[in-house]
Amino acid sequence: MLVLEDVHVYYGAIHALKGISFQVNQGEIVTLIGSNGAGKSTSLKTISGLLRPKQGKLTFNSEDLSSIPPQNVVAKGISQVPEGRRVFANMTVMENLDMGAFLRKDKSGIKKDVERVFELFPRLKERKSQVAGTLSGGEQQMLAMGRALMSKPQLMLLDEPSMGLAPILVKQIFDIIKEINAQGTTILLVEQNAHMALSVANRAYVLETGKIVLSGEARELAASEEVRKAYLGG
Amino acid sequence: MGHILQQFSQQAVNGLSLGSIYALIALGYTMVYGIVKLINFAHGDVMMVGAYLGWIVTTQLHWSFLPALFFAMVVSAILGMLIERIAYKPLRNASRIAALITAIGVSLFLEYGGMLLVTAQVRTYPPVFPETVYNVAGIMFKYGDVVMLVTSVVLMFLLQFTVQYTKVGKSMRAVSFDKDAALLMGVNVNNTISATFAIGSALAGAAGVLMGVYFNTIDPLMGIIPGLKAFVAAVLGGIGIIPGAMVGGLVLGLTEAFVSGLGASTWRDAVAFLILILVLIIKPTGLFGKNVREKV
Repeated sequence: MLVLEDVHVYYGAIHALKGISFQVNQGEIVTLIGSNGAGKSTSLKTISGLLRPKQGKLTFNSEDLSSIPPQNVVAKGISQVPEGRRVFANMTVMENLDMGAFLRKDKSGIKKDVERVFELFPRLKERKSQVAGTLSGGEQQMLAMGRALMSKPQLMLLDEPSMGLAPILVKQIFDIIKEINAQGTTILLVEQNAHMALSVANRAYVLETGKIVLSGEARELAASEEVRKAYLGG
Repeated sequence: MGHILQQFSQQAVNGLSLGSIYALIALGYTMVYGIVKLINFAHGDVMMVGAYLGWIVTTQLHWSFLPALFFAMVVSAILGMLIERIAYKPLRNASRIAALITAIGVSLFLEYGGMLLVTAQVRTYPPVFPETVYNVAGIMFKYGDVVMLVTSVVLMFLLQFTVQYTKVGKSMRAVSFDKDAALLMGVNVNNTISATFAIGSALAGAAGVLMGVYFNTIDPLMGIIPGLKAFVAAVLGGIGIIPGAMVGGLVLGLTEAFVSGLGASTWRDAVAFLILILVLIIKPTGLFGKNVREKV
């Protein structure tokens, strides 16, 4: 479904991704783990078009993504839940969800998906006319995920969904990620919380300073000595 | 006592008329600032162009008020989009001071380019409105005052509706809050910025026609002082906040009218800029501004 081949990305003069290759297949949950600055977020931003690869191949459903402007990537079926949620704090919950469906014209379909989002996140329904800036961190994360679902993505990119959340909320968010996946959305998950990420993912890639150093079944990686030492705290 | 009250109300009417023009111009300042964080100092000059557009079609073609207003708005909107595309867009990722200096350059270009085109001669607006004066309990309403107020209110209402409920309005709010997040939703940021310049400039064009009607005379440098005053109004209300610009404009207009009413009309402009200084010292975010904190 999504294929990256030898992708190089620069932030100005900084060589942030030094030729990474990975793929995500239909129906999977794939996670990229690694420490701060390893290039996890950079990878997601490159897929969603906010950053451009200088070299390498980036395709989605066999279609080249590397020259498509970011506002058109979402129309291809990829939506991103950005790091730090980035909800529109000046708009209501409902307006945020509408923004997620910005490119859609099927009114009845949009309505149905709003219902679906409210089923996944009942808290959002309670607060639908509240301004997003007044929500708690966990609620904002739910809203960011709900908003991303509103474009009816085939592939959802999640950037650090656990960041800054209490453990009980993290558990809840990850249960919902599994649920979204079970409903048919493929997921590419970036996490510093490697333990959580490996527990929900099918496959995983380990990034280190812009390179993929390990990959495999999530269960195997979680058991491997190297990963345990470096990312799971022993 | 009755006399004072009547005087007071009369100045309030004058202040609201003038203030509604300031508000229209301030809206363009504040919208553009909200979306590209640029103080568009050429904005007052777009107003001037609007005034000339209205003057040309009313004197040469004998159009009436509404078609002239509409014409000035449309052409000003196009002018605003062109200014953005040609002068500001190439500098979008440059430092803010570079864009600001460019804005001053565009302003001078419009002022002196205008002078080249239509000469520096002061022109007189034809009487587009009947000279009717309504006397309501001793307060004089000129027909023109009423039309001006109504026009401004209708335009502000339309703007508020556009911003709150239409797709282009929602994308404007989204881009002004978080450009990258808006991109991820599929919003075309370039088109949204163009639309913002178009709407802001259309309002300035409308303000130009109203200005011409109100003061009767226009000249190529007429945009400078009202432009600065509208900037004060936008800062007073809280730059980037649309209702703030409306209220800021009206407050400024009322203040000026009362200062004039007290017999100190030469102090009018000084008071306007005193307000700017006070706002910047006491509450730099303006009347409607608040410090939004990010929740983690």
